[in-house]
Amino acid sequence: MTSKPSSPGNRLGDRPIDFSPSLGDKTDYTTCYMCACRCGIKIHLKDGTIRYIEGNRNHPVNKGVLCAKGSAGIMQHNSPARLTKPLRRVGPRGSGEFREIEWGEALDIAIGWLAQVRATDPRRLAFFTGRDQSQALTSWWAQQFGTPNYAAHGGFCSVNMATAGIYTFGSAFWEFSEPDWDHAEYLLMFGVAEDHDSNPIKMGLSKLKERGAKFVSVNPIRTGYSAVADEWLGITPGTDGLFVLSLIHELLRAGRVDAGYLVRYTNAPYLVIDNPGAADDGLFARDENDQPLIWDHNKDAPAAAHQADEAPALRGAYTLADGRRAKPVFQLLAERYLHKDYSPTVVAFQTGIPATTIRRIAAEIAETAFEREVVIDQPWTDWLGRRQEKMVGRPVSMHAMRGISAHSNGFQTCRAIHLLQVLLGSIDAPGGLRYKPPYPKGFDSLPRPSGRPGEVKPNSPLPGPHLGFPQGPEDLLVDEEGAAQRIDKAFSWEAPIASHGMMHMVITNAWKGDPYPIEVLFMYMANMAWNSAMNTSETIRMLTDTDEETGDYKIPRIIYSDAFYSETVPYADLVLPDTTYLERWDCISLLDRPICDADGAADSIRHPVVTPDRDVRPFQDVLIDLGARLGLSGFIKEGGRPRYPGGYADYIANHERQPGVGMLAGWRGENGDKTGKGEPNPAQLDRYVENQCFWREELAPGHRYFRNVNADYLAYAQSKGFVKSTDPVIVQLYSEPLQKFRLAARGHGDIQPPDRDRQRVETYFDPLPFWYEPLDNHATDGATYTLHAVTQRPMAMYHSWGTQNAWLRQIHGSNRLYVPKMAADRLGLVDDDWVWAESRSGRIKVQIRIMEALNSKTVWTWNAIGKRAGAWNLDPAAKDMTQGFLLNHLIDDLLPEQAGGYRYANSDPITGQAAWYDLKLRLEKASPEETAVSSPQFEVLGQPPTTLERPSVLRYGAVKGRR
Amino acid sequence: MTGLPATPPQRKLGLVIDLDTCVGCHACAVNCKEWNAGGYHAPLTDIDPYGVEPDGVWFNRIHSFEVGTGPDTRVVNFPKSCLHCDNAPCVTVCPTGASYKRVEDGIVLVEEDKCIGCKLCSWACPYGAREFDGDAGVMKKCTLCIDRIYNDNLEEVDRVPACVATCPASARHFGDFADPNSNVSKLAAERGGFDLMPEMDCQPVNKYLPPRPKKTGGDTDRVPELQDASPEGGFLGWVDRLLSSTEHV
Amino acid sequence: MHPAYSVIFFTTASGLGYGMLALLGVFVAAGWLPADRWLGFVGLGIAAGLVSAGLLSSTFHLGHPERAWRAVIQWRSSWLSREGVMAILTYIPIAALAWAWIWLEDVSGPWVWAGPVTAVMALVTVYCTGMIYASLKAIPRWSNPWVPVTYIALALATGAVAMDALMRLFGVGSLLGGGTAVVSLVLASICKLAYWRNIDNASPVATAESATGLGSLGTVRPLDPPHTEANYLQKEMGYRVARKHAAKLRQIAILLLFAVPIVLSAIAGVAGDAIGLAAALLGVLSVAAGVLVERWLFFAEAVHVVTLYYGTREA
Ligand SMILES: Nc1nc2c(c(=O)[nH]1)N[C@H]1C(S)=C(S)[C@@H](COP(=O)(O)OP(=O)(O)OC[C@H]3O[C@@H](n4cnc5c(=O)[nH]c(N)nc54)[C@H](O)[C@@H]3O)O[C@H]1N2
Ligand SMILES: Nc1nc2c(c(=O)[nH]1)N[C@H]1C(S)=C(S)[C@@H](COP(=O)(O)OP(=O)(O)OC[C@H]3O[C@@H](n4cnc5c(=O)[nH]c(N)nc54)[C@H](O)[C@@H]3O)O[C@H]1N2
Ligand code: SF4
Ligand code: SF4
Ligand code: SF4
Ligand code: SF4
Ligand code: SF4
Ligand SMILES: [Mo]
Repeated sequence: MTSKPSSPGNRLGDRPIDFSPSLGDKTDYTTCYMCACRCGIKIHLKDGTIRYIEGNRNHPVNKGVLCAKGSAGIMQHNSPARLTKPLRRVGPRGSGEFREIEWGEALDIAIGWLAQVRATDPRRLAFFTGRDQSQALTSWWAQQFGTPNYAAHGGFCSVNMATAGIYTFGSAFWEFSEPDWDHAEYLLMFGVAEDHDSNPIKMGLSKLKERGAKFVSVNPIRTGYSAVADEWLGITPGTDGLFVLSLIHELLRAGRVDAGYLVRYTNAPYLVIDNPGAADDGLFARDENDQPLIWDHNKDAPAAAHQADEAPALRGAYTLADGRRAKPVFQLLAERYLHKDYSPTVVAFQTGIPATTIRRIAAEIAETAFEREVVIDQPWTDWLGRRQEKMVGRPVSMHAMRGISAHSNGFQTCRAIHLLQVLLGSIDAPGGLRYKPPYPKGFDSLPRPSGRPGEVKPNSPLPGPHLGFPQGPEDLLVDEEGAAQRIDKAFSWEAPIASHGMMHMVITNAWKGDPYPIEVLFMYMANMAWNSAMNTSETIRMLTDTDEETGDYKIPRIIYSDAFYSETVPYADLVLPDTTYLERWDCISLLDRPICDADGAADSIRHPVVTPDRDVRPFQDVLIDLGARLGLSGFIKEGGRPRYPGGYADYIANHERQPGVGMLAGWRGENGDKTGKGEPNPAQLDRYVENQCFWREELAPGHRYFRNVNADYLAYAQSKGFVKSTDPVIVQLYSEPLQKFRLAARGHGDIQPPDRDRQRVETYFDPLPFWYEPLDNHATDGATYTLHAVTQRPMAMYHSWGTQNAWLRQIHGSNRLYVPKMAADRLGLVDDDWVWAESRSGRIKVQIRIMEALNSKTVWTWNAIGKRAGAWNLDPAAKDMTQGFLLNHLIDDLLPEQAGGYRYANSDPITGQAAWYDLKLRLEKASPEETAVSSPQFEVLGQPPTTLERPSVLRYGAVKGRR
Repeated sequence: MTGLPATPPQRKLGLVIDLDTCVGCHACAVNCKEWNAGGYHAPLTDIDPYGVEPDGVWFNRIHSFEVGTGPDTRVVNFPKSCLHCDNAPCVTVCPTGASYKRVEDGIVLVEEDKCIGCKLCSWACPYGAREFDGDAGVMKKCTLCIDRIYNDNLEEVDRVPACVATCPASARHFGDFADPNSNVSKLAAERGGFDLMPEMDCQPVNKYLPPRPKKTGGDTDRVPELQDASPEGGFLGWVDRLLSSTEHV
Repeated sequence: MHPAYSVIFFTTASGLGYGMLALLGVFVAAGWLPADRWLGFVGLGIAAGLVSAGLLSSTFHLGHPERAWRAVIQWRSSWLSREGVMAILTYIPIAALAWAWIWLEDVSGPWVWAGPVTAVMALVTVYCTGMIYASLKAIPRWSNPWVPVTYIALALATGAVAMDALMRLFGVGSLLGGGTAVVSLVLASICKLAYWRNIDNASPVATAESATGLGSLGTVRPLDPPHTEANYLQKEMGYRVARKHAAKLRQIAILLLFAVPIVLSAIAGVAGDAIGLAAALLGVLSVAAGVLVERWLFFAEAVHVVTLYYGTREA
């Protein structure tokens, strides 16, 4: 579109069209934070206000595109719900009655509370953060503080994906890998509505479709990505494990696996000791050097695994030198999955996917993997020195997210999907799943959790990080009785591999004082009194419940940092108002959840594009300030002076986790000429800003595949500080750590679960993936509660924080419950009816919409649209409040009582992942007299003393002097 | 000076919208809103933005439809903005001439200063592409981003409509339909681009690409069902055959 | 279509006014009415007043009434523009007629043309109004030849009833006045019933399938609208009266607009002065109420094809 049209228009007397208006007087680059995808943005400013935000074409994440939320950033930045000043609660919790205070007073109050806790019992601080991207700071702060009670929100988000991946192949679907969009010929996507990689997935899908590859979406609901899929499998929630293991059944039955890949790069040939009842049963047979053994066909004898010249057996049963019997992992898994329980005919009914379809998908996958190999003309060498002239791949890719994760069988289901990928040989192979640096990292190379008894002491830091990856019972945070040490009970026998903590249990446990009461609950960027709580009404009650004797709140002090007047702010005793994302420094670090892609390592920053017009401070600055004032060793220099007087920017540039390794990997070293590792560079942030706020280092062509075993890559990764050693990351089909927990449950070893937990650990810690009915489904009367209920992420809205956005809330201003046609007909429901939806723990009234492209046993709604009146500076009568609703009211935070009276968290028994999608319910038509208002409704929240003006007509962008 | 250009426009600028890849993310709609809020039709007023019935001016709106019945029902996301019709009734009904179609490139525009806000053009448009700004009292509409596509202050690559530049799924394409070799002409030709409501005889310039046929049944013929591998070799006997056939040792 | 009261008032009031002007013009030119100053003053005053009030009210619904003058520019393509032009031009013969009738009290000689010219131009104006609607393909129930015909017929019928009442008020009532009313009401009712019959039997012009082009994949139903609250299009074009209400309202319209006035006009035509006057005045009230209902329905029954994107199956 180049040639210039004749201006002005084609008629006399027209107002000339300004074909070339200037976009503003200034442009700036930063990183979007309308969600956690972290796209690069270019901002055009005019007279100090934001005229236009567009995608940064040079940015590795979004390459110029921008989603609906990103484009609505202007309205977030100008939201009338922004907090304006620190607040001290004066009325009862939840009343919204606050006094505005100065920052000095706010910090003094916080210090008063925190210093006292730290000096007496640091456990009495629980510090939990939500949707932030500052975990490399917050975790460090909590570690210096010395409380064991720290985590981000991952426990209710996607820890099942993270751990299942890490324990299997040293990475994860989640954010640490991506499909090979350029080579995949077949993509199986499980339970993804949007994901954190919002824009990259959409760009990838369009590439895939452009190339004519087949895209299959497994999802109870056919919207969004499923709508554009070539094939949609409307699975019944919670049954993916069955479906996937049935595909595996088919592949094994037909002998369609990549045996060569399995013997070289996985533990498929490892010998597993078959010694029922003994302490070594189910562990790998090992040699004197603790190397796992395989059976070498060449020598017809056991040999240490992974030697270049051996011929490992995949099948059979063998007797070791000491007389013990052992079988290769592959034999065990074949025995299990070839069982008829996993045949398509058997699983068809439960999954809702016809047997013929399962067989066809298996055949298509096999054909694509083995008859349509992708060959990249690039030699590479594995860690044993075996050179390959080409990179040969299996172009079947898979991706999965919370449709798998948010079930209490999610860890094992996700492992099953990985097993399928591994059998095809499509891990970091062309056309398959691709690692994103700094991954892979071997599960056994990662930190183990800190905070065991004795490690928590007054006025001292914790010896290591809070979160990690237990290798066995010895890494649990439990006392002699096996009791939990953390307030959320993460890393206890209840959730041994709770690698992201269990934020969803904090309020419940703190309220109960189980395992102990706390003094201060400190939260950041998480709407815990609303959409991120299970059983929201009950959570609200716990936050306001008082101790009968003292009259004090059961959770005595709550400090909260939010940028907006969310539903949680009124429950805080002290509110620390944050800036918006365009007003502060932020760091998207390789130490946290970086923005790398499969072909390059990358990280990025945000920098202030506009100055706040309110009395607010970036939370990270405040945290660093608090750290220094509390005298936390990481935050002060000798003499007690603050170590980072320049606040977060100072910390980003100068903090070193290990020598040479800091928050940012780009432009390190005194002259800024080092990447990955290097001394802090005083000019580092300037270089980032000059480079449009990101850094990326493209990987050499030989470093782009098979990275878990690719010698060159491993050396590179070590040199950059991504990994500690050049050890290969062997794919774990059989997970030995799980067996170790199981052996403990059987009574072996010193560290024993309480009897209450034995059977549970025995059942779920199966070293080979298996399927079990989600716990809550199992505990719920299926004849009464016949419908599964799930939520989906709306693409144009981000959790609760999109609602205040004048543009986005027009798209999703209220939500409906979508009911399958068949169920609606059965219940005599028609479109727009109001119904009561009832679960075993609650009841809500909602309006329905009937849908056909939906699993016939499933109802669903958009997540986090319903709002509480009084919050977000919206009209309290707005539909978000009166018609919108949360499914959360129906989701119990606890499972029903066990024998003995204990109630486990409604979570995955392995990882503690919140089981949002295990919900079952029944519907009943509301009577015509009942008002068309959703239920429950709560008391309208009061407003803080200063609220920003809420315009009744928004004329953003209006040209002055013209109407 | 009245009605539609007497001779067909020299160029026919417009969009191709790919219903096969549109995931319904609303990115195009919001970026359009953002761009145009400060552009030719500034502002794109929002009435009651934080209240009970927010109602804003949007030049592009994303519908979603269910199509078919039973287990084969599919969902199609459906963005809709002005189609810059060749035979645009919105232009011919306009009593003031505020609404017009440009001779140079066929873009249909409203000149706000002349618009009396009679709304007749919105009655005449079958597609709902006209947006009345109740606050300003005038009709507004998609400008095909006329202040982007010819904008000298933008880099060449950026001179495409905002909705096209931002679409993460590349479901929107911009170009000249008068040129048979343009990207849009070719896409429309190859993929069976169609008109909405041809019976209205508006001759829309924008074309929609239909969802591609699903690759469900067809593959059964291409890929035979998997056969049992065990018979000769017993349980997992095939493994040895597989291993001996790979030259890994 | 949303029945905007200003537009309903405009079309009905101006219709009645133009109908009355047309008849007054013809009657006085033909000598069926005396060229009495006061009769002319009141008759033309009411008729022209209604026309002017209608035109004025129609500008109220504009976003920019102060720019209303621009509306006459595009007469070559726009029926709205043509209506505006005609409305303005028609004031010329009206003025001439008024001059002759009220000032000169003599409509003979060259003035005799003032009446018929007024009549023709008034009806052309009404035709233009009808054509504004009839030219909109996007509203299939309007895009119908009966629409302009009915507009003219209703203008004449309502005008005739009003003129009859006027004549009786001035004691110049005649069988012709009542007869004209009865005949024009009968004709108008035939047009209106034909219109209803026509739209009720018309096959749909467009469907949700043709609107989306997705018909080859099956039936099309909306899942989610673009925005959760109604937008301008839905408010403006989405209004539709329920079928059973429409049926009832049609009966009311038939009763008030046709049946009752026909009977009353007939009574007025044959009865004595007092009863005749009362019947004629009641007739005006009835016809006015009836035409308002009719016009409201005209909008409320019309389906715009854009609603196919919002849930209407066919239009
Ligand atoms: N039913 C159901 N419930 C769910 C889920 C589900 O799928 N279904 N999903 C779960 C999952 S995976 C997640 S991650 C959670 C998400 O739930 P939350 O983590 O609670 O996410 P948000 O609702 O976005 O709340 C984040 C808070 O951060 C505030 N905030 C926004 N920007 C800033 C800022 O710049 N600074 C500060 N200090 N605060 C800011 C917002 O105002 C808001 O109060 O929800 C969980 N809840
Ligand atoms: N626009 C937008 N983007 C976001 C967010 C947001 O709020 N808005 N939130 C961010 C956050 S915190 C997260 S955790 C990610 C989550 O990203 P996703 O994982 O994409 O999020 P969900 O909406 O939970 O999607 C779950 C999908 O799984 C399906 N599903 C439910 N149960 C099952 C099942 O048993 N089997 C299968 N196969 N499918 C099932 C649901 O229908 C749904 O489509 O998104 C992130 N990105
Ligand atoms: S996906 Fe959208 S909201 Fe998220 S970072 Fe990217 S542009 Fe921003
Ligand atoms: S941005 Fe693209 S994918 Fe998203 S709604 Fe618009 S056309 Fe569809
Ligand atoms: S889509 Fe509507 S507004 Fe656009 S040119 Fe066609 S008729 Fe006019
Ligand atoms: S609203 Fe404006 S642009 Fe539309 S027809 Fe009337 S004057 Fe023309
Ligand atoms: S072309 Fe421009 S104005 Fe039209 S829909 Fe796209 S972004 Fe909006
Ligand atoms: Mo999440």
